[in-house]
Amino acid sequence: MFEAIAFYLFAALTIVMFTITVMTSQALYAITAMAAGMIFISAFFFILGADFLGAIQIIVYTGAVMALYAFGMMFFDTTRNVVEKRTNPQIVFVLGTLAAVMVVAIFVAPIVSNNIQALYPIQEGVGNSQAVGMILFTKYLVPFELAAVMLLVSMIGGIVLAGKKMDKSLTLMKEEDIGSIDDGFEEIQAGGHH
Amino acid sequence: MEVTLTHYLVLSTILFAIGLIGVMRRKNLLMLFFATEILLNATNIAFAAISHYIGDLSGQMFAFFIIAIAASEVAIGLGLLIVWYKRTGKIDLDQMNSMRG
Amino acid sequence: MELYLYIALFAPLVGSLYAALFSASPKSQHVGIVASGLLFTSFVSSAILLSYVLSGHIVHTEMMTWMATGDLYIPFGFVVDQVSVVMMMVVTIVSTVVHIYSIGYMDHDKGFNRFFSWLSAFVFSMMVLVMSDNFAGLFIGWEGVGLCSWGLIGFWYHKESATWAANEAFIMNRIADLGMLIGIFLLYWNTGSLQYDVVFAEIGNLPLVVTTWIGIFLFIGAMGKSAQFPLHTWLADAMEGPTPVSALIHAATMVTAGVYLVVRANPIYDLIPNVGIFIASLGAFVALFAASMALVNRDMKRIIAYSTLSQLGYMFVAAGLGAYWVALFHLMAHAFFKALLFLGAGNVMHAMHDELDPFKMGGLRKVMKGTFIMMTLASVALAGIYPFAGFFSKDLILEVGFVEHHYVIYTVLLLTAGLTAFYSFRLVALIFHGEERYKLFGIHPHEAYKFMLVGMSPLLILAIIAGSFKMTYYQLVINILPDTQYHVHSEMTYWIMTIGTQLFVIAAIAFAYKKYSNWNSVPDGTSKMENSFGYKLLWNQYYIPKFYEEVFSKPYAELSKIAWKQIDLKIVDATVDGIANIIYKTGENTRDIQNGNLSTMLRWMVVGLVVLITLAFAFTVGYNAVGA
Repeated sequence: MFEAIAFYLFAALTIVMFTITVMTSQALYAITAMAAGMIFISAFFFILGADFLGAIQIIVYTGAVMALYAFGMMFFDTTRNVVEKRTNPQIVFVLGTLAAVMVVAIFVAPIVSNNIQALYPIQEGVGNSQAVGMILFTKYLVPFELAAVMLLVSMIGGIVLAGKKMDKSLTLMKEEDIGSIDDGFEEIQAGGHH
Repeated sequence: MEVTLTHYLVLSTILFAIGLIGVMRRKNLLMLFFATEILLNATNIAFAAISHYIGDLSGQMFAFFIIAIAASEVAIGLGLLIVWYKRTGKIDLDQMNSMRG
Repeated sequence: MELYLYIALFAPLVGSLYAALFSASPKSQHVGIVASGLLFTSFVSSAILLSYVLSGHIVHTEMMTWMATGDLYIPFGFVVDQVSVVMMMVVTIVSTVVHIYSIGYMDHDKGFNRFFSWLSAFVFSMMVLVMSDNFAGLFIGWEGVGLCSWGLIGFWYHKESATWAANEAFIMNRIADLGMLIGIFLLYWNTGSLQYDVVFAEIGNLPLVVTTWIGIFLFIGAMGKSAQFPLHTWLADAMEGPTPVSALIHAATMVTAGVYLVVRANPIYDLIPNVGIFIASLGAFVALFAASMALVNRDMKRIIAYSTLSQLGYMFVAAGLGAYWVALFHLMAHAFFKALLFLGAGNVMHAMHDELDPFKMGGLRKVMKGTFIMMTLASVALAGIYPFAGFFSKDLILEVGFVEHHYVIYTVLLLTAGLTAFYSFRLVALIFHGEERYKLFGIHPHEAYKFMLVGMSPLLILAIIAGSFKMTYYQLVINILPDTQYHVHSEMTYWIMTIGTQLFVIAAIAFAYKKYSNWNSVPDGTSKMENSFGYKLLWNQYYIPKFYEEVFSKPYAELSKIAWKQIDLKIVDATVDGIANIIYKTGENTRDIQNGNLSTMLRWMVVGLVVLITLAFAFTVGYNAVGA
């Protein structure tokens, strides 16, 4: 019974949060609602017994991804309300629903026909994290390594895209030159004080 | 009452629909990224639910990798967005039509 | 022996291909010499084959298989038997002479090389026609000579009248070929083969009605090729081509292909004497019909063309009445003196700078002695005066008509003989005797090149002495043609007939000479005779060409125009354009999808997703529903 209550509660909350994210015109509200929605989704994972996944969801999604979005939002001028042209909301609504139903139907079809065979069955008695670890480092090793490489690449890409003064390398410069980098800033700050 | 797989899948559907609506509706690029995140999360829920009810761990592995991919996607996406903003000063979709065919 | 067969067959082809190499270059003398030389080789081979066949053998070879599908087996097979060797000799002799003559005649023509290419190709097709041992090969040769005739009639293709005449000839031939094809199909269907020997062995077992239809259809083909009524108008118009062409094709070879067909298919026609009577009657009609039109004509070559048409009628009379060897004999003799006549006319034409109206000539015997002698002797042979070749062949046909109790045909042919003599000598008298009317037009005629006259002389000799071959020839062909002897019942009747015919003919010649040898003016259309009804009727060829034009050509042209404007332009073109337009418009309208707006693109992405998933779903469900 608890499970049912928890499910409906979190379901309602998640839906509300995400609706706010999609519908509101203020960016700050959107991002806050988004973060909240992520947390509630991790609640689902915990209900479903995917402990490891739930933890990962909070750490990675809510912690890292939403933080990244928050920094990004600070960069853009979000006090200005972005005026969005409303074009044909009905079509959008209909299309969206239709697509969603289709996707789920496709997912459900094999299950409903009772044709599923579990490839990596959940073993009782073993904690979820343990089980995940066992599978991750044996059968899913290659995707794991690839994912690692991909994250490395995206990290470097992010730095390159967003960084300033990328033409000078701090590790290759001499000591005295490093100090001269900030000279420009001091002048500006000095100018600001007067 | 018993919460079955169907409930989770319906929930996943609703979230996916919300995500799709957001994707189609939003003109602000940053908001667009949010909607994409919603899509990914919806599918994560579906994967986890199926994994639980069938007793197969593959679903959770999938969800796990989806999270990893989403993270790297956000990094790159935001980086590109910053470069664009520095160049043109706005992130409005309707004004980004240099790829007009 | 087979080697000689292949030499005789393919030497003209080699000559044609050789000349074709140079067809776009200006005139080169060696082309004519090589082509004539190869033709002469063919003639020599045919002569060797003739001596071989005379000793009683036949050469029958199969070069290779053409079609072997199911029950149908058609080889490229050739047979040299008595009938085909006679045809081969005729064709090669006349062709060689014409080739040599053409070297001089086409001397100043830009298309010299092209001419020899077409001419030799024609001879090759004719050889295929006469040497083939099955109906399919015959048909190939048939079409080949039709094609080469088209190319040669329309040789001066810049002249619209020439191209029109060429098309007329080819189209009329094709119409008749439809009949021939049906005949060939019937033959195959009923006998299972197209080989002569098989067909003729089987033909007796077929029901008579089938054989009758086969005979009729094959004769329809012969009608087109040999210009029998009503498919005769092309022959007179074919005079647009160069004169050597008329000599070769429209005197000696192509037009006789129809006669050859009937002679070759004599086992078929023997079984259906009614069709034979029809053929003979038609032939007699054509003989008289053509002779009547030649009486008043003022175009030298046309007169000779009508004469050919008339003599073809004679040949068909003989063939129709079952006297095949007589028909073939007349074919042979006629080829020689008719070709000689045409070549002489060519000389006159060149001398008179392409003037064709004999009324504008006159007194040319003073300037062109050689041509004068040749044309006069050829006309004598044509008229059938003893002892020239024409006597033996034409009188034989008259005898056939008489003996077989076809008195109407006999009378018609007798009358035609008189008319023939009349108009031939009318022509000779107008051209070579009398006042020199050409001086009024400032023409300075001169005789043709010496070598051309020398080249024509074999024909002259043959026209004179061919009658003496009659016995040898008879012994030869009787081996495969039905042996029909025609004996007039009593000696008296025979001598009365012969002498009477000769007197009649001589009287006609004398009349012609009297009327025309002292002609001194050029008729200009105002005299009483020229405006009389009979004259006008004959002058306009009984208005038959006009009739054809009104009833067939014009409506067909209208139909073609309608088909072009209404159907082709409006329907076919519109459809094609419509398809292109649809694609273009679709592209234009869907271009808006690519407006560069990410939001729109995302929406379209969802649309695509929905569509694809729907399809996948539908197919899976359908598959399961059907398969399960």
